[in-house]
Amino acid sequence: MTPGSGDEAILDISGLRVTFTGGPRPVRAVDGVDLKLRRGEVVALLGESGSGKSVTLRSILRLHPEKKTRIEGGIRVQDVDVLRLKGRALADFRGKRVSMIFQEPMLAMDPVYTVGRQITESIIKHENVSPDEARRRALTLFEQVRIPSPARRLDAYPHEMSGGMRQRAMIALALACNPQVLLADEPTTALDATVQVQILLLLRELQHQLGLSMIFVTHDISVGVEVADRIAVMYAGRIVEIGSVRDVIRSPRHPYTIGLMSTRPHGGRLLGNRLPAIPGSPPDLANLPPGCAFAPRCPHAGEACGVSAPAPVEVSAGHWVRCVRTDLTAKA
Amino acid sequence: MTSPLLEVRGLVKQFPVRKNLFGRATTFVSAVDGIDFDLFEGETLGVVGESGCGKSTTARLLMHLIEPTAGTIRFGGRTVGTAELPVKEFRRQVQMVFQDSYASLNPRLTVEESIAFGPTVHGVSQREANARALSLLERVGLDPRRFAGRFTHELSGGQRQRVNIARALALQPRILVLDEAVSALDKSVEAQVLNLLADLKEAFGLTYLFISHDLEVVRFMSTRVLVMYLGRVAELGPTEALYTGSRHPYTTALLGSLLSMDPDHRTAAPPITGDPPNPIDPPPGCRFHTRCAYAEGVCSARMPALLAGAADAAPHWVACHMHAPRSGHSKLKAGAAPETA
Repeated sequence: MTPGSGDEAILDISGLRVTFTGGPRPVRAVDGVDLKLRRGEVVALLGESGSGKSVTLRSILRLHPEKKTRIEGGIRVQDVDVLRLKGRALADFRGKRVSMIFQEPMLAMDPVYTVGRQITESIIKHENVSPDEARRRALTLFEQVRIPSPARRLDAYPHEMSGGMRQRAMIALALACNPQVLLADEPTTALDATVQVQILLLLRELQHQLGLSMIFVTHDISVGVEVADRIAVMYAGRIVEIGSVRDVIRSPRHPYTIGLMSTRPHGGRLLGNRLPAIPGSPPDLANLPPGCAFAPRCPHAGEACGVSAPAPVEVSAGHWVRCVRTDLTAKA
Repeated sequence: MTSPLLEVRGLVKQFPVRKNLFGRATTFVSAVDGIDFDLFEGETLGVVGESGCGKSTTARLLMHLIEPTAGTIRFGGRTVGTAELPVKEFRRQVQMVFQDSYASLNPRLTVEESIAFGPTVHGVSQREANARALSLLERVGLDPRRFAGRFTHELSGGQRQRVNIARALALQPRILVLDEAVSALDKSVEAQVLNLLADLKEAFGLTYLFISHDLEVVRFMSTRVLVMYLGRVAELGPTEALYTGSRHPYTTALLGSLLSMDPDHRTAAPPITGDPPNPIDPPPGCRFHTRCAYAEGVCSARMPALLAGAADAAPHWVACHMHAPRSGHSKLKAGAAPETA
């Protein structure tokens, strides 16, 4: 199936609100996120620190501490109601239906077991196969993620591998039980430029080959452009703009996205010029302004912006923007 | 160009990795392994390279935060760390801004005290130092009436980095070493700080050594760019010449790793494969030969010298056997008739 063509949602997030209640004041990190991920589609969730992109992602696997987090809304993966999963069912769901790769594989993997053992353990836990069969599958996975001399590397500990190799091993671990949905949380951010490209291209290739549906969290627009079919831009816990990569990159309509695009130093700019910068700084989540959270930094902000949070507006087919002044952001 | 403000020659820094029974180091990692460069008055020299290439170690060596194993640093013709120019006097001329804006400020001092601290250590009166702090706060875009009395935890990342810049400027230095100074900031705030740095450079006639892993930012900021690989200088040249006509295969690969931002022209294949080798056990000869598509026998046998082309309008240095005449490399570049270093 070609990415994005089917309308069937494999993952459906609706009205998601995540509030952390552990601190002195409750902090609403995600405030009403709706997102449908189609089968075989890659959506990049783009945003700055504190925008709620990682919190959204982690909610899908229920990775937040239960006692200090209030999750409202709905998350469904096909027929599974994720927010109602308990105990054994939740453990079966993680890794088998939906799996995740993290920014720092050194922290995500267990340092006292070999990488191969961690992969075979995961396979045996979820499926009824013999250790020999599990090891054969681990070897195939290592070949798939192109780790050189894979048989030898299966017996390596995480600290014996380089950063890029560890990230490949983590991808193999995430794919061990053939998940349908892969969540990626800034998987290339900690890597060097020459290694980042290799991992991005590997992920793109595996996604195609295996028909994976993916959510890819990143703070770097160019990474999103490289891997995604659609881009969702988050600001202060809400998706403020979502659309196809082409629409969002070539004709962004939310003032925040427009600002982000123009603020990038890109190509040969003449020395001595200044960058067009977005004034101010991202808002404090425990103390959000009423209405549009971007209004205090927005060049187009008017009275209506301070009243209530803008509802999504469809500016072209499948391109939604949460802004009341889209008339001002249309290209002349 | 005129004579350089800062001359770095044969700079080496080795860190002990393993110690024997008697606590003596037996294995070393050469984080910086013999680098030479000049820094000219008024320029911004960008330093790029991947993690472990020695860019931060170079910055710390320049500041004398760590002692070099070998090599000299000369400032305005005087050798640093000798009777000609004691380190304390040199440090007044060269200040540094670090990546971690929080760790580089004392949490018990107010913003004003943090900025005024340096000058008082160097013999400026408290009154004068405080006045200087307030005017610098204004200069970096923080209203002194609102920010002077605040503590560092009451500031955002961008504001803290502005305070760090003000603190670095308080001694009225001539050189600012910026070690990944904007890397931890969000993109929307990064542009503000880059603009501020450009403004301050003009206003105070500063010289920058700008270290970053972000090639786009370095291109925007720098007059010249230095590319490091495993503790050595791979290439050094004027920014646009280097970005549009890179000479070292590593620079070409690094630039080729930049993502296109064009959904219709995505990157098809990675420019190079593999990870950078472990600096504890660097490959012999040219450090890059293990990942280089053009590597030949000579590349693993001999370390290439840093040479500039004879026809260069402004010197564009490269350490590659393909650019060294009589190196014996079969793919010798025609335009490379270099002069010796």
